[in-house]
Amino acid sequence: MPAGSGRAGMAIIETRRLTKTFGRIQAVRGIDLDIEKGEIFGLLGPNGAGKTTTIGMLCTIVRPTSGTALIDGHDVGREPGEVRRSVGIVFQDPTLDTVLTGRENLALHAMLYGVPSGLRRKRMDELLELVDLKDRADDITRTYSGGMRRRLELARGLLHRPAVLFLDEPTLGLDPQTRARTWEYIRRMARNEKTTVVLTTHYMEEAEQVCDRVGIIDHGRIIALDTPERLKQQLGGYMVVLRAKDPPLGTIRALPYVSEVKESDGTLEIAVKEAHLHLPDLLSKVPNVECVETRVPTLNDVFIKLTGRDIREQDPGEDLGGWVESVARYRQRGK
Amino acid sequence: MPDGRFGRELLGTYAVWWRELKVFQREKSRVVSSVASPLMWLFLFGGGVGSAISLGGGSYQSFIYPGVLVMAVLFSSVFFGLYIVWDRKLDVLKAVLVAPVSRVSIFFGKVLGGCTDVMIQAMLLSCFAALFPGVNLWMIPVALGILFITSIAMVSLGLAIGSMFESLEGFQVVSTFLVFPLFFLSGALYPVGDNLPGWLQVLVRLNPLTYSVDGVRGALLGLNSFPIIADIGAVALFGVLMILLGSWLFSRMK
Repeated sequence: MPAGSGRAGMAIIETRRLTKTFGRIQAVRGIDLDIEKGEIFGLLGPNGAGKTTTIGMLCTIVRPTSGTALIDGHDVGREPGEVRRSVGIVFQDPTLDTVLTGRENLALHAMLYGVPSGLRRKRMDELLELVDLKDRADDITRTYSGGMRRRLELARGLLHRPAVLFLDEPTLGLDPQTRARTWEYIRRMARNEKTTVVLTTHYMEEAEQVCDRVGIIDHGRIIALDTPERLKQQLGGYMVVLRAKDPPLGTIRALPYVSEVKESDGTLEIAVKEAHLHLPDLLSKVPNVECVETRVPTLNDVFIKLTGRDIREQDPGEDLGGWVESVARYRQRGK
Repeated sequence: MPDGRFGRELLGTYAVWWRELKVFQREKSRVVSSVASPLMWLFLFGGGVGSAISLGGGSYQSFIYPGVLVMAVLFSSVFFGLYIVWDRKLDVLKAVLVAPVSRVSIFFGKVLGGCTDVMIQAMLLSCFAALFPGVNLWMIPVALGILFITSIAMVSLGLAIGSMFESLEGFQVVSTFLVFPLFFLSGALYPVGDNLPGWLQVLVRLNPLTYSVDGVRGALLGLNSFPIIADIGAVALFGVLMILLGSWLFSRMK
């Protein structure tokens, strides 16, 4: 594998003013991003924010309108072949060859990526082991479940020991249990293979458990970039979720310990510094409280603060069912 | 390392070809049906028409046998090529296209894969040659050679058209306005002598497949209208053009 060319820092991906316009639509508007070697980096944002286009440019599938991007020292525009050899990709939609067996799918890609014939078998066995598909390796992949297909795709993406593995919505369309397991595999593979992982998702809760750092992208721009913890700290300590008749919004917003208020259908989500200190005072300011609950902030709260919108508002099919996370009900999408 | 690069591209072509062989192995029913339809032309159509007429001093069935071989190659090749529309719809091709292998290498892998399918079918059909009086069995390898070049040209044409289509709706159009005219105007079912009306004569002579049928018929029955070497030259030239067109369109495909 080509090594980094000894530039300052350990950035394995460097983009400068990376931009893509489709006709009059500005999909990506000048993204500057440095992704460190070995980290799991999450690109978060609602559908249509520019995540997939950004990844597409980094994988040389989409040609940037302007700006530059270096992957492991190779320019995506000038050295697409080198870039393609340095990256592995798992697309949002399944791309397995369902006529072939699991092992044949891997063999096909090992050849396409020029893995030396002596290494192919060993590498395939290693990865099949890692994703727990050894027993099913010689079955036609049409018979695989959604989770198994995703795991095989992860293995396939890592066959040629890429410097960076791109995962576009790796858990989309999977049921909640399978999603949790898939994240486990992703973590395990990143650790075992010492690969930098760049992923997109709009499952904020899942991203904050997996990612070392996240970039929040909205309307083609990076609007926040940090570790999940630090991003959440910006909001203050706790979220108070309460339901009340005619809440005095102005009064609440003016309180010194309140950093953010969001209201929808009579439910308020209020970010406060210290729940146990400020909750009694807060409740005394709001008449007719019907119910109240506190929780720690999530990345979704960060997103709401930054954009004024819920990441899930644009995608009702993926919406959370209840008004507090504890009653969240996921909808399974696809098969 | 130019050497390493060439090796990688070659391995890429091989990988795509290998994949097509695996698919072919698993879809045996496709082989059966692709051989069945030419046999129906030979025995059900040829048997019926042959009871009323004879051509070139032999039976009508013997006369159309080379034509039916070319027809089988034409249909299977073009539709194999068009099949990439379906591959793209199922995203099977997506993961292949992002690999560090040039589009041209992938194109050649597809062409080889298609030709392998088609030639297996042609060889199965050539087993029936002995049933038709007048067919020179020693010339079957020459006939298969001409069919191979025809297949390369027609798979490339199919891939070229398939690269431009987004949906499967174009299949019917291609079938009606390209494949069937190519077949009917190739002289597969009638002799292409001066007996033809002028307009038909012109169309037949413009059809590259005419030379394929003529070459195969010349090899197997000695009933060629043009020198066989000219037939092979014409088909080969058409093949080169189709490879250029196909690989160009395939490289531009989104």
